[in-house]
Amino acid sequence: MITFENVAYSYGGSELLSDVSLRLAPGSFHFLTGPSGSGKSTFLKLAYAELQPTSGRVTLFDRDVTALSRDDVARTRRRIGIVHQDCKFLDHMSLAANMTLPFTVSDRESDPQDLDELLGWVGLRHLADALPPQLSGGERQRAALARAVIVDPDVILADEPTGNVDWEMSLRILTLLVELNKMGKTILVATHDLNLIRQAKSQIQARVLRIAKHRVQLAGADL
Amino acid sequence: MKFPKAKPASPATRALEVVPPSGPTAWLTTFTAGAMTFLCVFALALSLASGRLADRWSEALARTATVRLSAPAEQVQIQTDAVLSVLATTPGIASFRAIDDAETRALLEPWFGPGLPVEALPIPRLFEVVEAEPGYDSEGLRQRLAAEAPGALLDDHTRWRRPLAEAAERLRLLGVLSIALIGATMAAMITLAARAALATNAEVIRVLRLVGAKDSYIARAFVRRFTLRTLAGATVGAAAGLAGVAALPAADAAGGFLTGLGFSGAGWFWPFVLPPLAALVAFLATRRAAFQKLRELT
Repeated sequence: MITFENVAYSYGGSELLSDVSLRLAPGSFHFLTGPSGSGKSTFLKLAYAELQPTSGRVTLFDRDVTALSRDDVARTRRRIGIVHQDCKFLDHMSLAANMTLPFTVSDRESDPQDLDELLGWVGLRHLADALPPQLSGGERQRAALARAVIVDPDVILADEPTGNVDWEMSLRILTLLVELNKMGKTILVATHDLNLIRQAKSQIQARVLRIAKHRVQLAGADL
Repeated sequence: MKFPKAKPASPATRALEVVPPSGPTAWLTTFTAGAMTFLCVFALALSLASGRLADRWSEALARTATVRLSAPAEQVQIQTDAVLSVLATTPGIASFRAIDDAETRALLEPWFGPGLPVEALPIPRLFEVVEAEPGYDSEGLRQRLAAEAPGALLDDHTRWRRPLAEAAERLRLLGVLSIALIGATMAAMITLAARAALATNAEVIRVLRLVGAKDSYIARAFVRRFTLRTLAGATVGAAAGLAGVAALPAADAAGGFLTGLGFSGAGWFWPFVLPPLAALVAFLATRRAAFQKLRELT
């Protein structure tokens, strides 16, 4: 699905990632951990083609990202659900309209019944008509997750999805991610929350990657 | 869990929704389009009126001349006969006639008022000459008139009509140039407004890209909004301009050019072309600006 081969990424003369090689297999669940500023977000941006590697090769769905046109990148992102820590929405549109945005931008329409079901799944049915600024941090995180999965993507990339919420809400979001993984979705979650990782590993087979000294290493046994 | 299935969509109106409906550039675009179209209506009126005037004067210049006869009273009839004889035997003249006192009075009436005693005044006798195709030799005709009717002078209108026709033609070109400049200015202002709107909405664009929007989709959303705003502003501007032109005094012979500054006949059609034309300008300007800005925002 997503493959990194000897990938390096530099910005402003300083190297953020170096010699990264890994493969996210279909249906796998990965955590990506590391201290703040270690390059977790950069790694995710490379994984959804917002950034291009300085050297090495990133392959998305068997296609080299450097060979993708701008339209190809857009089409590829429709196969990837992205959840950001800051959970950006279009503030002038209702929560329901924001959640169906992936359909809107691809000139398709969502099924209202399915949308209602999805809102219920993330516990936001009562807020369908609310505007994003009216939502709490946890509600925004769940809404972002719902938006990421509404088009039934193959991969879900989440950058600190529990960064702004309490432990109870973190567990709820984790549960949603685990459910998605059980449905066959490939999941990659960047987080520095080790408790969350331990909690997940008790429920599913999850691999833990750690970024240290610009390199991505397999962790796990010590967690 | 069951996920929503894709369905055929109506993309046109939905694309509009993703751009915030209001912003600092909204009124600017509408106002600019309105003001520019208003000015454009007047430039168009000026251009069309100048064109009509230039055509009329050029036509007259090309085809007519006047022979003016000033002679002592006892010589008038003799020289009149001589002039008519010369004109009748000059090749290249389609027709000619002596202008009678009633016509002369009518010609002078706008300046001297009604009831002018033409007979009592030393007013020269006038002859209208209409040129054939090909025309006559004006220098030869002058010499023959000088020889046979010494009081007769050929005035082929060149002296005063040509500069006027040229001035009218240049005025028409100025009008066309003004319309082009107004269009270019509107395009430039809408481009700036579109770029400002795109920069203001950089976060919106980022969200749209994250969920898989193509540049063409994002551009379309902005282009539609700016095109519709421009169409609305230009429609109001054109209506106001038309009302202004319609309120000008009607053309009459005494008023000359100023009262003829307006539309006539099919000319009334052109102002209605301006709003869609302005919308087309906005469409092209915004589309170009949008794709440029989207490349920059990558």
